[in-house]
Amino acid sequence: MTHYDVAVVGAGPAGMSAAIESARWGFSTVLFDEQAAPGGQIYRAVEHASPQMLGVLGDDYASGKSLVAEFRDSGAVYLPGATVWNIGSELQINFSRLGTSSEVSAGSLIVASGAVERPTPMPGWTLPGVVTAGACQILLKAHGLIDDNVIFIGSGPLLWLISSQMIVAGRKPTAIVETVPLARYGVALRKLSLDLTAIKYLRKGAAMMWAAKRAGVPIYRDAREIAIEGTGRAEAVSFHANGQYHRLEASLFALHQGVVPNQQITRLLQCEHEWNQHQRCFVPVLDSYGEESVSNVFVVGDGAGIGGAKVAALQGRRAAKRIAQRAGEEVGTELADLQTRLSREMTIRPFLETLYAPSAAVVAPADTTTVCRCEEMTAGQIRQAVDIGVPGPNQVKSLLRSGMGPCQGRMCGLAVAEIIAQRQGGSPCGADYYRIRPPLKPLPLSELASFNGASTDSSQVQGAPSHD
Amino acid sequence: MLTRIGAADGTPISFSFDGQPIAAVDGDSVAAALLKAGQRVLRASTVSGAPRGPFCMMGVCFECLIEVDGVTNRQACMVRASSGMVVRRQDNTAGALIA
Repeated sequence: MTHYDVAVVGAGPAGMSAAIESARWGFSTVLFDEQAAPGGQIYRAVEHASPQMLGVLGDDYASGKSLVAEFRDSGAVYLPGATVWNIGSELQINFSRLGTSSEVSAGSLIVASGAVERPTPMPGWTLPGVVTAGACQILLKAHGLIDDNVIFIGSGPLLWLISSQMIVAGRKPTAIVETVPLARYGVALRKLSLDLTAIKYLRKGAAMMWAAKRAGVPIYRDAREIAIEGTGRAEAVSFHANGQYHRLEASLFALHQGVVPNQQITRLLQCEHEWNQHQRCFVPVLDSYGEESVSNVFVVGDGAGIGGAKVAALQGRRAAKRIAQRAGEEVGTELADLQTRLSREMTIRPFLETLYAPSAAVVAPADTTTVCRCEEMTAGQIRQAVDIGVPGPNQVKSLLRSGMGPCQGRMCGLAVAEIIAQRQGGSPCGADYYRIRPPLKPLPLSELASFNGASTDSSQVQGAPSHD
Repeated sequence: MLTRIGAADGTPISFSFDGQPIAAVDGDSVAAALLKAGQRVLRASTVSGAPRGPFCMMGVCFECLIEVDGVTNRQACMVRASSGMVVRRQDNTAGALIA
């Protein structure tokens, strides 16, 4: 079995930076990523993006290009198209690539599996023609595709970012329906500590909002009672705003309520997690270098708590430097310098987290709203289960099958935890979360049957092209 | 309707979806190509048989499960489309599985 000093999962800014830094210190390093090319979702397809596309997506996106190039030259073994489906307690990593499963072992593991969009249960959200705002951005980045009649619904910087990118591309969205209560602005402003980095982020945000206004995109603020309507496919969104009822038709409806850590790997490893009330999600419990309660496991990037691309890259570097320091390398002031830069990048977060906290309606959906999309369980069914004494998400799962479908709880886990906690009159910190078990993604039985664990032919790994 | 910005410099490819030809560009995921072709419904949900289509486009939601070259339950957003691929909608409803 092939052994690496350091294994990294995820090729976004956090994972690429971790691999670059790890290889720089001379550690044998492998990086697994599900996508075909490095960049993660934030820098997706940046490597071969045309000048026109870079112009549309903006400078922050374009900055990913040099990071990808540095990663390609880092000497780390890069395994694109690889799905990690189990990690053992001795850091044996099982992954599927090109239809075959293999195993490698690692001295240290750096989890950089990023964020997922927060579940946004609302009436009609399972209809075809309803996507996430992130999906629209992926269509644009990876495929240059824009829907000419899309309405963005929800809250968060991403709504304004994708809208401004579409406007640059000459295809403005049909409308933006924002759920941020107007009173939130005042509360958020009190959380703002103005330094240069925060001002830079605020400027970018204001420019994106101004772009939508100037382009004449209809913007509805403080929207409530939102429902997607349609038979067989989404046809319209209805809501109340400015004291009026609105019903807008479109061909695509893109939902967003911020992003939350992708917990699948850290939960699988039984790392300790805690509820973060500011980010309204579970985050892994980490020391000041990003190390988990499970030793030699580091979590970097948005999976460690939402911080964005720049924070992710710094955290990736920090974890690899910490591993170097522990191996007896002289890292000098490098770690302290990173900590300073990280805290500077984080000053905007309390403001953003307050302003863009998820809407009350998605964290407390109506009884009839589907919460578990796979097994089609409603919020009401979950509440009924709590009322008969079911204590937490795992018992709800046993009783109702929520979280037992193909997405393995990725789309409903947080919402179910919130609904249970509300019904019990507490906060989700008291509630548990789904136990995550291997395989992290479904595998064909034939692949599992021919998988032979530790005696895996290592040619799968060693022969892997690092420049493909 | 989804339209492509800029020069479509990718190599044109074609695959079949429930027997119907779908024009795409090399590098498209199956889900992106189907959305571009106006195909929003890729499967029936497991319990009620309700129509479902791509939702997250990043391999998380499993809404775009589809049959590719005879293999069921592939994530259409994670499979790169290629010429000659045979793609079919799948009916995952409990009744269909028993029948």
